[in-house]
Amino acid sequence: MHSARTRPAPAVEVAGLVKRYGRKAAVDGLDLTVAAGSVTAVLGPNGAGKTTTIETCEGYLRPDAGTVRVLGLDPVTDAARLRPRIGVMLQSGGVYSGVRAVEMLRHMAGLHAHPLEVGPLVERLGLGSCGRTPYRRLSGGQRQRLALAMAVIGRPELVFLDEPTAGLDPQARRATWDLVRELRTDGVTVVLTTHHMDEAEELSDLVAIVDGGRVIAQGAPEELCRGGAENSLRFGGRPGLDLVSLLKALPPETAAAELTPGAYRLTGTVDPQLLATVTSWCAQNGVLPDRISVERRTLEDVFLELTGRELR
Amino acid sequence: MATDTTGTPPSEAPPRGGSFTPAPGAAPLPRMIAAQAALETRMLLRNGEQLLLTVLIPTLLLVLFSAVDIIELPGTAADGGGDERADFLTPGILALAVLSTAFTGQAISTGFDRRYGALKRLAASPLPRWGLMTAKTCSVLVIELLQVLLLMAVALTLGWSPHGNPAAVVLLLLAGTAAFSGLGLLMAGTLRAEATLAAANLVFILLLVGGGVIVPLEKFPPGVRDALELLPITALSDGLRDVLQHGAGVPWGALAVLGCWAVLGLAAAARFFRWE
Repeated sequence: MHSARTRPAPAVEVAGLVKRYGRKAAVDGLDLTVAAGSVTAVLGPNGAGKTTTIETCEGYLRPDAGTVRVLGLDPVTDAARLRPRIGVMLQSGGVYSGVRAVEMLRHMAGLHAHPLEVGPLVERLGLGSCGRTPYRRLSGGQRQRLALAMAVIGRPELVFLDEPTAGLDPQARRATWDLVRELRTDGVTVVLTTHHMDEAEELSDLVAIVDGGRVIAQGAPEELCRGGAENSLRFGGRPGLDLVSLLKALPPETAAAELTPGAYRLTGTVDPQLLATVTSWCAQNGVLPDRISVERRTLEDVFLELTGRELR
Repeated sequence: MATDTTGTPPSEAPPRGGSFTPAPGAAPLPRMIAAQAALETRMLLRNGEQLLLTVLIPTLLLVLFSAVDIIELPGTAADGGGDERADFLTPGILALAVLSTAFTGQAISTGFDRRYGALKRLAASPLPRWGLMTAKTCSVLVIELLQVLLLMAVALTLGWSPHGNPAAVVLLLLAGTAAFSGLGLLMAGTLRAEATLAAANLVFILLLVGGGVIVPLEKFPPGVRDALELLPITALSDGLRDVLQHGAGVPWGALAVLGCWAVLGLAAAARFFRWE
């Protein structure tokens, strides 16, 4: 896929992964390749199989079918060799209820050969003020930041972050983003799951959209946004405009709809020529269009198109 | 601590602090286990409920039942003084101390460690699972050592005069620890944390009353007594009593009972323990 051949061996290779709970397949034939040194975001609705996939890579779960290679190793049979090389942030928890925040971080550091210095990491993630607070009394955001610190303290080659910014305030979210970018700059491979499209768009080299236990789309964020449905142009005008007449003036693949009375949307290749054509048609027909907007497709649109809009 | 890398063969020079440049590697195994044991011991010693169970209750029972003639104890004259009562009670209270730490305390703390995902997270760290269990055992033994020293000091002030071979006492305490640890971990690894909390306390109370700790087994009907004698707590308290009160040699019968419980409990725990 892409230029994988010319790059170093992938950090993660998942092929045909199947994991069942009872009769239900949480992961159902999933393929994913993570290039070394990249940031990969696994996106998907709740229950799509993101955490199951990540936890299989971390060696917690044994695949029912398919193969998983992490840093070239089998996460279950080569666990002893793999574990010192990866950093793990679980979706929640992972810390003793009675342990103090910095005490736990210091302990994790002590389990590694060349850990980061604890103090600067504590300061950087804003854990200094709650360093002596027992875990059970930390706020949700503080718990998330501690778990993130624990994932990176051992200077891993590869970190798995399961929803690293869930429940964070905007400042902490930015701090997490900065840290992920810095990890990438320093050559650490990052695999993260998220529900935030902007996060995936902002941080990742590769986005894999997972639904129903398989990857239904993947690529660089801008590639995903370019493909599929086209961009759109919206404008307001008096209700009941003659769209058939408008479409005659436009390129043949353009579609038009009156979404609500007086609110129009054109979809197709929205370029400067299309905008000029629309405004001149309006001028000929005595229509003053208001609220004209050209909308670029966002990752969120792609996501909703692919995974559907209904709640699940 | 964070920069101490002595004793590890550095495959490559660790990069300077502050950079995330990968430099993965596990700390030496003995250091990991020592750090884990120290952490677990600190957390137990900070935990008020645990100290109530492991220190306060055994000490209070020892003092109360030695000072006040609540229960008529065997081997003591009807007007027997506190000395003789302390001779009967101290072995039972030492058995209770082992029960409180190796079984009740360990079950509850491990149950909540599991619930909070701490065991799961550590399972992805360089510390192997057997290393984690070794560290837990070390921490239990440290707490027990502190308990035994404290309770013996209190007992001596109450007029306790121990007999027998100290090695036999140590052997019994270790066998009891193995038996109760297996059962405690089995409970913690299979039940929900709240269920473990309730059940471990219930078992503690039942064994306290029915296991020859402070209530002599002679108080029970013969049939019930035969069954109670097969309990690990009874084997431990009676075994300790044989040695410390009556100066007997190594109580092989008690050790055999404890050994069976240890093998069964640890095997079942190894088979059924779920880490998350």
